Parts: sequence; structure tokens; C-alpha cells
Amino acid sequence: VIAMLELITAFADDLRKAGLPVSLTESLDAVQALRHTPLADQQAVRCALGATLVKDQAHRAAFDLLFDIYFASRAVAEAGTEVGPASAPFGQVSPRSSRLGTLRDLSCEDLCEVLVKALLKDDCPAIDAIAVEAVTRYSTIQPARPMTDRYYVYRTLRGLDFDALPARLATVARPPTAAGPDPVDQRLAAAEHARRLGYLRGRVEAGVLRRLVAAQGPAAIASTLRKPLPGDVEFLRASPADLEAMQAALEPMTRRLTVRLMRRDRRRGALDSSATMRHSLSYGGVLAEPVFRERRPIKPEIIVLADISGSVAAFVRFTFLLARAISARFSRVRSFVFVDTIEEVTGLLAPDRSIQEMLDRIDRGARTVTVDGHSDYGNVLETFWTRCGREVNHRTTVLIVGDARNNHHLSQAWVVREMSRRARHLFWLNPEPRAHWDTGDSVMAEYAPHCDAVAECRNLRQLEHFVKDQLL
Amino acid sequence: MPDSVTPAGRDRPGPAHRFGSSGEVRAALRRVRYLADEHIASAVYLADRLGKPVLVEGPAGTGKTQLAKSVAELAGARLIRLQCYEGLDESKALYEWNYRKQLLRVQAQRILDEEPGPAAAGWSELESDIFGEEFLLARPLLQAIRAAEPVVLLVDEVDRTDIGTEALLLELLSDYQVSIPELGTITATQIPLVFLTSNGTRELSEALKRRCLYLHMGYPDRAREHEIISARIPGISSQLADQVVAVVHLLRSLDLKKQPSISETIDWAQSLRLLGSGRVSTDQAASTLYVLLKHQSDIDKAASQLSATASR
Repeated sequence: VIAMLELITAFADDLRKAGLPVSLTESLDAVQALRHTPLADQQAVRCALGATLVKDQAHRAAFDLLFDIYFASRAVAEAGTEVGPASAPFGQVSPRSSRLGTLRDLSCEDLCEVLVKALLKDDCPAIDAIAVEAVTRYSTIQPARPMTDRYYVYRTLRGLDFDALPARLATVARPPTAAGPDPVDQRLAAAEHARRLGYLRGRVEAGVLRRLVAAQGPAAIASTLRKPLPGDVEFLRASPADLEAMQAALEPMTRRLTVRLMRRDRRRGALDSSATMRHSLSYGGVLAEPVFRERRPIKPEIIVLADISGSVAAFVRFTFLLARAISARFSRVRSFVFVDTIEEVTGLLAPDRSIQEMLDRIDRGARTVTVDGHSDYGNVLETFWTRCGREVNHRTTVLIVGDARNNHHLSQAWVVREMSRRARHLFWLNPEPRAHWDTGDSVMAEYAPHCDAVAECRNLRQLEHFVKDQLL
Repeated sequence: MPDSVTPAGRDRPGPAHRFGSSGEVRAALRRVRYLADEHIASAVYLADRLGKPVLVEGPAGTGKTQLAKSVAELAGARLIRLQCYEGLDESKALYEWNYRKQLLRVQAQRILDEEPGPAAAGWSELESDIFGEEFLLARPLLQAIRAAEPVVLLVDEVDRTDIGTEALLLELLSDYQVSIPELGTITATQIPLVFLTSNGTRELSEALKRRCLYLHMGYPDRAREHEIISARIPGISSQLADQVVAVVHLLRSLDLKKQPSISETIDWAQSLRLLGSGRVSTDQAASTLYVLLKHQSDIDKAASQLSATASR
């Protein structure tokens, strides 16, 4: 029991380090929950700890990773076997090890052949066994070398010729019918294959992780693999997988913001004298109860100027998503994108389009590069000012999104000054950490004095804060 | 006033637990035709064992509310439901004094006083009378606490309330008691199973989350969805169910405005079956997509995805 207690404490500690708000109450609950859980059943333990320690679905991935680190390897240790192919997860040790015996004698080509067959049949135990064997064979983990798990996963998948598998599955699976295959079936088959390959990848990752933990201990691995939560991932450093997680986290966020928008303004407006008179008649002409007008919400127009050069592209994507989510708050949203030339994309951002589609459209349709593809804020601002400067007025909120890295062109900061003078508000969102501003070719300091606020927006959380505090 | 003998709180000794293991919960839920995965079963089981409420979060149409109903059904308990909305307050959630009845009582007293005879009751007696059990209107939360028979309390869409109202729940959820200034503290005689559901439109407070077990209910995996369809639509062919599930899972992987929920999937499978098709073909899928998707742009996108050839 004491060992369990210590394990939970260490586990909760690492969850906190990963950014999860685990309170003392919650770790006590976790221990309580384990008292009612069969400890030999890893899945049951995962459910019990998950229900007591994780209170936000966005934290789930971080929890699962740490759980694998802490408990998957422990199972191996308790089984009393050397960490190796035979150390299968709970329950299925015997059939697995015999299967592995035969797998070990196969050549690399034959192993791939067996794998394709297993994938076609969706034979999970077989896929599991092949994943274990592949990790043994190809990953060649050297505990002394400070390599990340990704490196070993990559090596293993390369050994299995992972990239060629979708094509192989498609050719083998296609039934030899006389009439051409139904497109729906084909599409479904492809999606199904992708799912099975995803499963295989997951098994390989789990296998590599188990090896690493066995070699270096859970605490060390937990610290090397610690990833920020989706809300905290920096836009500029996000990997494709991170972006996907952020996209998932964005959806509840926009929902929260929209709900906030729909809340009625409860503050009352000016006194409505005629309504008050009318109302007084029900009290025999005594002015007993004043009646107030409802406040009419001010609906400003918003103009978004977004730098879409490679360095900040990921960030812009989220800015547009948010701008669209809160567009009900504004009478009109006009969007411009630029690299060294500016182009209006308002028409491309129609509300019934999906996010991805609209970004693709921008990529295809917008002419933002005419010179060399390096951001030129000075030129862009000047062009905007001559073309649309007149449309900036006291009801306009201007939002400039970019890192202000001007590649040593002229900054033309006077445009920002003029714009800010005419506009209702002018905000600048910079996805770089504040410490990097004004280093190298960043000229943030030249623009900053003319803005109502310059916000550092390195991650989703900061972006949400900005929108909540400044725009709503 | 209900007697409060047993101290409420988690890990209270006394009443037999309702379930023996999470596997048992799963089997029992299956009997009432609710196909739970192990996360769901485990959360229900732990809620019973630890005496804690369960906060169920997830997209619309994944069976959050149904879970509470099914648990009530299998436990033979009464379901008490509190539907939350913006502006919900104490008098609607907890209790209210029956003002009209109190007024009548006071007026009746006055009439009695005017009648000759022995002096009627004094004010203090009257006061304790009108703030008694008889004049209390119990709203769902208080009903759940006072119930003598087993109950399941469902607080639906708790994210719609304001933060202030959320605080109302805290005392109830941690100690299973309600304080009424005029009456004192009313403690539950038996710990009800409590489910709170949320669609995640608002971040719930840490205090609330801390008191609850957390269960995220996403869309089911393919095997489970297949089972759900087969259970809900008796007589559907396994092949059709397979294809329906495959299409729906493909659609959920797309970037849609509103993803097809389980109930919509069931409706779609039902309509395909009524149309007499044994399998999903491109035409049929395209012509019935409106059952599954509720935005024209989503329907267009899904149709084009389904007809696109899979040469990848």
C-alpha cells in the first residue's frame, strides 16, 4: 500500500510538472479510487486515475503519456521478466511469446508480408506482436545516447517500410470485381487502412516508450518527453501533431467566446421618459418605476492585417479562426493578408466555409508576394494606406498580426501612427516572445508607441486572453 | 424535517454499495440497452464507491443525459432532473418558501385573533409555523437530498448557469447537505448518485471540478457504435451497420461544422433500412445525408468526399 501511495504521489507530481492542476484532494481521491480497483488490470487503473486526476479533456493526452511511462513499464517489472519481446502487456503473455518465437526467425521481407496480412485482417494481437518484434529488431535503443523517442519510432517504422504500406494495402485489398469498385467503398477502405496504420504506429510508439522507461527510469523519461499542453504550445514551434491538438483545443475555446458574445448586456441604458410615463399609468400616474432603454451594442468594424510569411503562418491560421468565431460581434470583418504585398481576402473567408478550405483558398488565391517573398511591413502598410486608408474611421478596430520582422526595409511607422489616430482601436499581436522583440530585424519598437496595445500571443491561451480582454 | 443521523461524506460506512465491480456496472447497463465502454462503467462504479458526483462532458448527442437515465433505471431509482439555464437561481434549484400560503396563514391568524375567546397564538409561534416544513417548496436539489428512496440526481447542462449559481451546488456536492437559514441544515439520509452534464460552453470552476469525478464522453469507437446501432435497430443487417459506422467515422474525421452524433447515426441507419437497402451506395448515401448532417455546407462537403475516388 505504501508503495502504491508513493507511486501515486510521484505520478501526481509529474502531472503537475506537465501543467495539470492536480490538487491534494484529487490525489487523495485517486488513492481512494485505487482501493476499489483491481490493480492487476491496467486498463481499470487507467480509468480510475483518469476519472479522479484529469478534469479537462485537453489534458488527457499528457495524462496518457505519463500513465504509459509510469504504469506500462511497471507491469513489465512485476511480471518479473527481462524487458524484451516476451514482456507483453497484461494478460496475453503466453500466446504472444510463442507467436513472437516464430516472428523472430522471419526475414525482414517476410515480416512485412506478415504485417500486411495482419493489417488486412485487422488482427490486433498479431499487429501487437509484430510491433514488439519490430521495435526489438530495428530501433536498436542505446540508453547512453540522448535520443528522443521520435528517433527510435522513426527507425522502427522505416524498418517496416511504413510509408509504402498504404499503397500495398490498397492493391492487396482491392477485390477483383469486373465492374469498377464503388467509390464509397474505396474511400471507406482507405480510411479504414489509415486507422489500422495509426494503430500500428501507436503500438510501435508504446513499445519504444516501454524500452526507454526500462532503460532510464520513469522520472527521467517523464522529464525528457514532457510536452506543453495544447493551450501552451508556442505557435512558432508547433509541430503538425501539435497543430492538430491545438485545433481540437480551439473548438471549445471559440464556443466559449461565442457564448460570451451571446450574453446580453445587462447594464441598463438611458432613461426612457415616454415609457416611464406610460408605465406610471398603472400606478395611477405616480412615477413609481423608471424604465430604461436597452443598451444597443456598439458594433465596430474590424480590419485584420495578417502577415502570412512562413515564419508566422501557423499563428495567422488561429487568428483568422478566432476572428471568424467572434465575427458576430462586429458589423463587418475585413481581412487582408500580406508578405511583401497586401491583398484583401475578405471574400475568401465566407462563414459557411470550413477552416481548412479557407486557408487553402488563401494559399492559392492570394497574391502576396511580388518581390522576393520576405516580409516588408513598410511597403505593405503604405500600400494599404493609399488603397484603403480612407475607410479607416472612428468605428474601425484595426488588428495587425505579425512579428514585425521587416528584413531591414523601411518601417514606415507613420502609417501606423495615422491609422491609430483615425481608428477606434489599433492592436498589434506578436507571436514572438517579448524578449525577442527588437532583436535582429524586428522593428516592433518603432510601431509599438502608436498602438493601443501590443500583445504577446505566443500560444492559444494568450490569444484567448487578448480576445476576451480587448475585443469583447 | 428529515433526520440526519449518518454523517454524509465520502467513504461513509453503512449502506451496501450498489455495484460490485465496474464490469458489473457495464453488464447492468447493457441490460438496460446502454452500451458503456470501460471509462463510463468505471466512472459510474467509482461514483458509487466513493460517493462522489460525476461530471460528464462531451459533444452533444453522445448519450450524457441518457447515461443518468439508464443508471436510474438499472438501480431502480427515481430520476430527479434539474435542467440548468442562464438565470437559474436558488428558488428554482434548491427551495422556495410558499409565499402565498404563508400570506394566507397570516391572514387567517388575524381573523382568528379578532374572534372572541381565548387569546390566539403569539407571533413567535406563528413565525415558527409559517417557516415550517409545510410551507417549504422543495426544488430538485432539495428533493434529491430529502428523498427516502434511492434517487439519481441529474444536473443537466450545468455549464449554462452563471458562476454564482454554480456555487450553490458546491455544498450539496461535497457534503450532500443543504443549509436553510430558517430550518437548519438538511443532510441526505442516503447518498444519491449525482450526474452533472456539460457541453463545455464555459470553463467550470476548479472548485466544482475538484468535487467531481470526470468523465469525457466522446464519440464511440467503431465496434461500440456498431453494437449501439444493432441494439437500437433490431433486425438491421450486420453489413449495413458496418458500412453506416464506417461512413460516419469517415465523416467525423472531416472538418465539419456539426459532426454527426450517435442519435443522428441511428436515425440514418434506420432510414437506410426503411429504404430497403442492404448496403450503402454512393447515390443512396448522397440522397439521405440530410438525416445525418444539418448544414448544407457540411452535406456538400460530405457528398464530395464520398464520391471522390480513393486513389491515394
